Amino acid sequence: MSTQTTTESYKGHKTNWWSGGKSPFNLEYGKVMMWYFLMSDAFTFGAFLISYGSIRFSQNFWPDPNVVFNAFPGAGHADLPLAFVSVMTFILIISSVTMVLAVHAGHNHDKKGVIKWLIWTIIGGLAFLSCQAWEWHHLITGEHIVFANGKLEAIGQTMAGNPWGQLVHDNTLLTNALNATPHDALVKIVQSHDHSHSLEELAKMTDTQLRGMVNVADMHIREKGPIAFGGYFYGITGFHGFHVFSGVVINIIMLLMAQKDVFEKRGHYLMIEKAGLYWHFVDLVWVFVFLCFYLI
Amino acid sequence: MQHPAFEEVTFHPKHEDERTFKQKVIKTTIILSIITVIELGFGLLMHFLHMPDDFKRLMIKGIVVILSLAKAFYIVAVFMHLGDEIRNMIMTIVVPLMLFIWFIIGFIADGNSYKNLRNKYDKHFKESTDPHKYEQKANTHQIKPGGKN
Repeated sequence: MSTQTTTESYKGHKTNWWSGGKSPFNLEYGKVMMWYFLMSDAFTFGAFLISYGSIRFSQNFWPDPNVVFNAFPGAGHADLPLAFVSVMTFILIISSVTMVLAVHAGHNHDKKGVIKWLIWTIIGGLAFLSCQAWEWHHLITGEHIVFANGKLEAIGQTMAGNPWGQLVHDNTLLTNALNATPHDALVKIVQSHDHSHSLEELAKMTDTQLRGMVNVADMHIREKGPIAFGGYFYGITGFHGFHVFSGVVINIIMLLMAQKDVFEKRGHYLMIEKAGLYWHFVDLVWVFVFLCFYLI
Repeated sequence: MQHPAFEEVTFHPKHEDERTFKQKVIKTTIILSIITVIELGFGLLMHFLHMPDDFKRLMIKGIVVILSLAKAFYIVAVFMHLGDEIRNMIMTIVVPLMLFIWFIIGFIADGNSYKNLRNKYDKHFKESTDPHKYEQKANTHQIKPGGKN
C-alpha cells in the first residue's frame, strides 16, 4: 500500500507530524474545516441558549415546560406533558444512527448501502420538521384564556405574549374580570371549552348568556407569561429547525451525487462523512435545546 | 484502509471489522435512548410530584444537565468519530469549547444579579411577578387562630 510505504519513509527520516509532507491532524482539509465550522456554530447556538438562560434567571417566574408542551396530535385536550417532544427527540436520534450507517457504507464503497441509509436519514429529517411545524402551529393557534388588565382574553403563544403565566387562584378577581370582558373575547372563551354551539350561535348570544356559560373557578386561568419566552422559543427552535432543513437539503444533494456515481468516480465517499458530521451536529444541538426548553 | 485521495492522510488507523462496528452503534443507540428516557422521567417527576422551586428541584435539574452532557459526549465521540481522531485534533476542538465554562457562569450570574437588584429597588416588579402572590392572598383569607396574620 502506497500510504504505508510513505509512512515508512518518514520514519526513516525521523520526522514527526509537523515536519511537512503529512497531514498533522491526519484528516483531509474539508473535514477539518467542517469541524471548525461546527465549533463556531456551537458558539452561535451556545450564545443564544445562554442569553435565554440569562433572561430566565432575571425573572421571578418562568413558565413550566410541562404546562406549555402537553399536547399531542390527535389527542385533543388530553394533558400529555413532554410526550410529543420525546417522539421528536427519538426521531432525531434514530436519523443520526441511520446517518452513521450511511457514512460506514461509504467507507466500504457500498453505493447501495449509502443510498438506502441516506434515504432513511432524509425521511427522519422530514419527519422531525413536520413535527416541529405541527408543534409551532399548535402553540400559535391554540388559544388559552388569560387574566390581563382586569379582563379575560384568549391568546396563543406569540412573540407579543403567551398564556403561560401564574395560575390565578383569586376567584373574586376572576369573576370581576369576566364581567369586564367584552363580547368578542367572551365568544372565544365559551367556544374554547363548549363545542355544542357553533361560532355564529355564540356570537348572537347576549353577554349575560355567555357569562352564564363560563365557570371561572375551574378553568385554570393564568396570567400572561414573560414576553421573552415566545421570542426565545421560536428563535432558537426555529434556528435549529433551519439547521435541520439545510441538513436535509445537503443529504438530498449527497443522495443525488451518490446515485449519479460522482463518489464512485472520485474513488471515495468522504463527502458523505462531512454531511454526516453536520447532521450529527444538528442532533447534538437538539440535545441542548431539548434540555433548556423542555426539561429544566 | 488506505486513503485513496490524499496520500499524506493515513486514513482511520483504527479500522474495525463489521461486527465491532455494529456492536458499537447498537450500544451507543441504546445508551442515548436510555439517557433520554431517564431525563424524561426526571422531567415528569418534577411535574407530577408538584415539587416546589427548591434545592431538591435544582439538584434534579443538575442531574439532567449532566445526563445531557453525557449524551453530547457519546454523539461527538462515537457518531462523529472525534474519539478516533488524533489527540491534537481533539484538543483544537475541545479546548476552545472551555470558553463555555466562563460564558455560562458569567451570564447566568449576570441575569441573577439583575433579578436581585430589581427585587430590591423595583417594588412593582417584585409584587407583580412574585410566584407566591396568589398563595399568600389565599392564606390571608383563611382565619388562623393565634396567627400573626
